[in-house]
Amino acid sequence: MSLLEIKNLHVGVKDAKILKGVDLTVNRGEVHAIMGPNGSGKSTLALVLAGRDTYEITEGEILYKGEDLLEVAPEERAREGLFLAFQYPVEIPGVSNVYFLKAALNAIRKHRGQEELDAMDFLTYVREKMALVKMDETLLNRPVNEGFSGGEKKRNEIFHMAVLDPVLAVLDETDSGLDIDALKIVADGVNSLRSEERAFIIITHYQRLLNYIVPDVVHVLLDGKIVRTGGKELALELEEKGYSWLEGEVHEEAVAHA
Amino acid sequence: MPETATLVTDTELLEQHVAQEYKAGFVTDIEQDTLPPGLDEDTVRFISAKKAEPEWLLEWRLKAYRDWLEMKEPTWANIKYDPIDYQSISYYSAPKSASDGPQSLDEVDPEILATYEKLGIPLQEQKFLAGVAVDAVFDSVSVATTYKDKLAEVGVIFCPMSEAVQEHPELVKKYLGTVVPRNDNFFAALNSAVFSDGSFVYIPEGVRCPMELSTYFRMNALNTGQFERTLIIAEKGSYVSYLEGCTAPMRDQKQLHAAVVELYAHETATIKYSTVQNWYPGDVETGKGGIYNFVTKRGIAAGRAAKISWTQVETGSAITWKYPSVILKGDDSVGEFYSVAVSKGWQQADTGTKMIHVGKNTTSTIISKGISAGNGQNTYRGGVKILKSADGARNFSQCDSMLLGDKCGAHTFPYIDVQNPTAQMEHEASTSKIGEDQLFYCNSRGIDAEDAVSLIVNGFCKEVFKELPMEFAVEARKLLEISLEGSVG
Repeated sequence: MSLLEIKNLHVGVKDAKILKGVDLTVNRGEVHAIMGPNGSGKSTLALVLAGRDTYEITEGEILYKGEDLLEVAPEERAREGLFLAFQYPVEIPGVSNVYFLKAALNAIRKHRGQEELDAMDFLTYVREKMALVKMDETLLNRPVNEGFSGGEKKRNEIFHMAVLDPVLAVLDETDSGLDIDALKIVADGVNSLRSEERAFIIITHYQRLLNYIVPDVVHVLLDGKIVRTGGKELALELEEKGYSWLEGEVHEEAVAHA
Repeated sequence: MPETATLVTDTELLEQHVAQEYKAGFVTDIEQDTLPPGLDEDTVRFISAKKAEPEWLLEWRLKAYRDWLEMKEPTWANIKYDPIDYQSISYYSAPKSASDGPQSLDEVDPEILATYEKLGIPLQEQKFLAGVAVDAVFDSVSVATTYKDKLAEVGVIFCPMSEAVQEHPELVKKYLGTVVPRNDNFFAALNSAVFSDGSFVYIPEGVRCPMELSTYFRMNALNTGQFERTLIIAEKGSYVSYLEGCTAPMRDQKQLHAAVVELYAHETATIKYSTVQNWYPGDVETGKGGIYNFVTKRGIAAGRAAKISWTQVETGSAITWKYPSVILKGDDSVGEFYSVAVSKGWQQADTGTKMIHVGKNTTSTIISKGISAGNGQNTYRGGVKILKSADGARNFSQCDSMLLGDKCGAHTFPYIDVQNPTAQMEHEASTSKIGEDQLFYCNSRGIDAEDAVSLIVNGFCKEVFKELPMEFAVEARKLLEISLEGSVG
């Protein structure tokens, strides 16, 4: 059984159609990259997977571990191992990062029938994970994302991912706004978490990140549809020719079908 | 003057009457002693006589009553309620008899019991709060006695106001009404005329009060009634932290509460006054019932480098009308106001503070956090006044409002009056709706809506909670959680 199966997914907001029939299958152990220009629907796909209710699913289905994901509340999805690294991480003033993560991890552990960690055990566990993303300890005690630089926010997302130990991690443009050093740190973090049991969907604009996180499969999302799927070399080809290369093709196809 | 003579005679008669009752078994008789509804000068005299007060205090009460007759109920606050019929209230009832209340916890509203349970209140204390009849001897009496001894050792006086009038009349006479004059406002005048009881605290020079006052006495404060009067005096170089109220919802039949609290801090003294208020807010659906909490609280930082700090967590009452204030008279004196006010259901809160800078280099800080949910209306009303004499005065104000839902409201009325050009003023204000984005972010990490709201709201209030004494802070956090249950999601 595949970990994730998206079949003919149509999504809209109000009258606008954003996703127009997306099909995607992800197995455990795989790293998928989804590339596409602005407005192609990449972030919508990420947010729909995480359960954001501002979108309307008009057609299609999503199976996660063989179950209908669309019937599951966002917090339940998280507890079942689905994780989204946000493109724009949200600030929660007054709530320390460490306190927030402890609440999150314990909610997940409880769901898995594991014992909740007390403050001491949690700190030990968290320090281990911090090393993965070279997080400064001061970020632990600062309010969630408040006053974090752009790079710190993105690293914090990867840190959350490391702590929460997901089965399927969706990274929504985690590379945007990162300098090359931060990009390497993020990539190292992700690579260290790659395993037979875990899958990643890496959404990105640029090929750059994929130099460091080498994907098994690359998809190109254009105007709400996956128009091309290939190996890691597809990313390089895209980098060289630009999205207009595929836009042209899609256009020709559309004409041919008409 | 013949009229005065009659007055005295009346009082004497009353006193004799009271004394007779005592002979006849005062303790049992006083239980039936409740004045019929109505308010006139005789009511005031009766109360004063009942408490065997000295003549000067009766006169003071009567003057307050006469002032009150001339005054109008304030209408400027952002609150709505039906007119109060002051003649329909009974202004004196003896301490509540045990037989009034439920006889066991089984007779208490299960919803209230569930709240006690969530707050982790011990069984014995639950009975007190719910007004259940209990044995005459209970743990807290011995606890109270122990602490009273400890306080006496360092010369701290902590007793009911009525006892202070008898035991320390010179102190009461010197300070009563010096911070909140008897005719300060409509409700303060009413309180001055008919106040029932309250706390009296005196900290001698250089003494740091060895414990947080009232933590161990909170149950005793239950019967102080609807017109509470509290006076705290801190002599030079002393320190006291006073806690008022209780996180548990309290049983009370009386709708109108008009308390007065006066704080007097001498040179380099510090008074820290913390309140957690959770009176009955009225029916969540209809808004029926609920306490009207019309309170006048004011402190004077009279001496050099004196400090007065108010912290309040207001989650109860149908209407809250309350502006704990500080007069910064001494040079280098400090005033602080930290507040969390929650309005849910049909609650209305109009609360804030006044900082009046008189002395040089005086500093005040205002941190106000208003939370509105349901149909609640939350108003921050704050005044900062820098007088001509207040060279180098500084104020920092921060007023944040959070809305949960779309039927509630948040309002901010900051008044600033600066008469000295050297003043430094900073004012920050924000209104936020509890973010869908924040909620979703929490959800996406496995945290459900209920826990997410409590997390976000507690984060919002953090700056205020950290001012509360530890034990109170933990209770206040839990209280907030319970108060906002079901507000989102």
